[in-house]
Amino acid sequence: MIAMPKPDKSILRRRDAIVRELARLVGAEQVISDEDGRRAFETDGLSAYRCMPLAVVLARSTEDVRKVLSYAHANGIKVVARGAGTSLSGGALPTEDAIVLGLSRMNRVLAVDYENRTARVEVGITNLGISAAVAPKGFFYAPDPSSQLACSLGGNIAFNSGGAHCLKYGVTTNNVLGLKIVMVDGEVIEIGGDYLDQPGYDLLGLLVGSEGQLGVVTEATVRILRQAEGARPLLLGFDSSEAAGRAVSAIIAAGVIPVAIEFMDKPAIEVCEAFAKAGYPLDVEALLIVEVEGSEEEISDLLGRIVEVVTPHGPRVVRMSESAEQSAAIWKGRKSAFGAIGRIADYLCMDGTIPLGRMPEVLVRISEICAGYGLRVANIFHAGDGNLHPLILFNANDPDEMVKAEKCGADILKLCVEVGGCLTGEHGVGVEKRDLMPVQFTDAELALQMSIKSALDPQWLLNPAKVFPLGGAPSADAA
Amino acid sequence: MDEPSQLRPATEWELQRLLTEATKTDMPIEIVGAGSKRNIGRPTNSSALLTTSALSGIRLYEPTELVMSARSGTSLARIEADLASQGQTLAFEPVDLAPVIGAEAGRATIGSVFATNISGSRRMMTGAARDHLLGVSAVSGQGTPFRSGGRVMKNVTGLDLARTIAGSWGTLAVMTEVTFKVMPKPEETATLIFLGLEDGIAIEALTAATTTPFEVSGAVHLQEALAARLWHEGLKAEKRSVTAIRIENFAASVAYRTDRLKDELKPFGDIYVLGNDSALAFWDELRQLSILQGTTAPLWRISTAPKAGPKVVAAISTFMTCHAWYDWAGGLVWAEVLPTSDAGAADIRRVIATHGGHATLIRAEPGVRSSIDVFQPLEPGLKKITTRLKTVFDPARILNRGRMHADL
Repeated sequence: MIAMPKPDKSILRRRDAIVRELARLVGAEQVISDEDGRRAFETDGLSAYRCMPLAVVLARSTEDVRKVLSYAHANGIKVVARGAGTSLSGGALPTEDAIVLGLSRMNRVLAVDYENRTARVEVGITNLGISAAVAPKGFFYAPDPSSQLACSLGGNIAFNSGGAHCLKYGVTTNNVLGLKIVMVDGEVIEIGGDYLDQPGYDLLGLLVGSEGQLGVVTEATVRILRQAEGARPLLLGFDSSEAAGRAVSAIIAAGVIPVAIEFMDKPAIEVCEAFAKAGYPLDVEALLIVEVEGSEEEISDLLGRIVEVVTPHGPRVVRMSESAEQSAAIWKGRKSAFGAIGRIADYLCMDGTIPLGRMPEVLVRISEICAGYGLRVANIFHAGDGNLHPLILFNANDPDEMVKAEKCGADILKLCVEVGGCLTGEHGVGVEKRDLMPVQFTDAELALQMSIKSALDPQWLLNPAKVFPLGGAPSADAA
Repeated sequence: MDEPSQLRPATEWELQRLLTEATKTDMPIEIVGAGSKRNIGRPTNSSALLTTSALSGIRLYEPTELVMSARSGTSLARIEADLASQGQTLAFEPVDLAPVIGAEAGRATIGSVFATNISGSRRMMTGAARDHLLGVSAVSGQGTPFRSGGRVMKNVTGLDLARTIAGSWGTLAVMTEVTFKVMPKPEETATLIFLGLEDGIAIEALTAATTTPFEVSGAVHLQEALAARLWHEGLKAEKRSVTAIRIENFAASVAYRTDRLKDELKPFGDIYVLGNDSALAFWDELRQLSILQGTTAPLWRISTAPKAGPKVVAAISTFMTCHAWYDWAGGLVWAEVLPTSDAGAADIRRVIATHGGHATLIRAEPGVRSSIDVFQPLEPGLKKITTRLKTVFDPARILNRGRMHADL
């Protein structure tokens, strides 16, 4: 298990006074201090880790956030901002001495400007909530993490979330134009706006993906795009992952950039098919879901090109979706993969990214690593952009297996770095990969990143014990 | 001004040593690639000039992974030639700023493209230079080498220092290597043209085009005075404003989308279509900023909400003579104004404060550039963060001192 810092006992002792003060600042109905109420906030999508927070504040406005941060800053109290709590890396895991600042009630659409192709929203809105708000006029918000029904934009901003369709449309950082952010001392700052390219340094670039380490974002201006006329997925089944990998290369070499290219190996196919009845072929070792967009004629043209260039790589199955229902089922299978696998076993979901050319070799080595620990693995992969999601299956009721699964996951991530990739493509470092950061970065690089943290959050009060090794925090050994 | 001594490190180690020493001795250094954008920004007061030109060469190119790495001093022309040989390109089509400030065209380095985050017409659809930047190796002002990002498309490991230093005009760190995403070159290009539209109607037409599903990858409006400077003989001869909408894709798609757009945009007036070669020539000259060349009049680059573009230009025009080229469907305004002691800064900044956005003075005499804010002055909150970041990366403030902001 990954170590969490010892709580600051002086804060714990002041708990009742802190709760009273929070209630005075934002109103008692927005503060949760009872044990049952707080329990709902003790974990996130990385549910093996749990910790009851000091108190929970459910903010309704930037002003609430400002008040809580000003107070916490003045009193040296840590704060964990939280959206929907779907982080897979423990990004919203509280500590015992921290206030959880819940933003999910801040979920309004503030303005939609179709002509300028932007939407201004509060960040507690769900990812899908943005697209739903603009869909009647034929627009959408592009990044589409699998958890988009539940996850909040604030979390997407914190983790620079991607999704299956980011091959064409980019990830969160490519789709955010402006942010309202509350700094740790309560100062409210506007960055960017409804225009392209902010003035001065690229603070949007720094803040998106900073995992709540530098400030609390409360509002955002995002790009909205007009929906394509249509979209259709194609299923391609192969006898080996090598052949599937070569097919992906061939598609891109032909100058075709599909909106998505998803890969599943045999264990993943079987589980997802049992769950979603998507019509996935069961007699193949590797499956690609390739989606293209456009008018009917354009889709036929693009799918024709794709079939032509992958044919030399020997696909055993080539199946185009024939209806909207079939397309929906194909995507339902993929997007519910984590849930489907969760029905057959507990799992740890890894999130490394690798250069596509190394995929076959990496998949073989992942199998070997997992076999070495006596664990099974199912692989799901955003093949277009090299983002790998091996799901390591284990039994959470067996403490030994939990330890084995974590070690196995760490070995897989080290492999990703070794072949030229990285520890995390979209789930973030959080608690989960915090101690692996030295695998990817030198001490000097980590020190530079931590000095930015210190410059914007000198007491390290924001989202403690995430991203950086514990020794980096100024008061890590206190208490 | 005497030319300061020139430093030309050939290795990251040498660069580290130079910057460490400069920080120790408080020696401000001007950082350049080929120097083609030296006359943009506030003049720096430096005792040495450091060029990345010896840090040259393409380190990695994987066409099937859409990724390239190059040392920062590699020329953009060399990179684009290599990409073209594989049918690929830089999607953000960086414009060449050099010829509008009287420098030689075609010499920019890839490092300078990311250091200034400069993008062209396609930025509206595909993103800016910084959106395509996957990773950097760089050395901070105090001589610390660091990498951020990598060679893969998706990476959220640690703080995004690659984007943090992109667009910082060499004031935070000196890049030694950049890794970026590349894209297939479109098979075919066509361009819809309206002639003689006035600004407001033109931007409405461009807005209508960019809110269709047809993936318009260029949407510009050139006022008559600037259209008259086009190299494109046919359009120049019209002596009218030019409004242009670009479609790029496979040939069949271009044909289909051109037809659909012609249909949808019919209410805005007669539409002419430039075929592939003519369209390529038109967009290529815009990438060279052809219509802003051959004059020394002050030139502003203004980013605003697309629909605010014509309002900004109309407001500026009440104070001074202004010739405008709208890019990004109105969201980017290149405004050429008559020379005055402040190049119109006070009035233009007031207009921006009303309509939103930011303005950078791209071309003006050095005396003007050292006496006013060339880059958008920052709100106090942003200024505070900016100062703190500068202090983290370059505590002695040796890198391009004063170039973006007088006191940094």
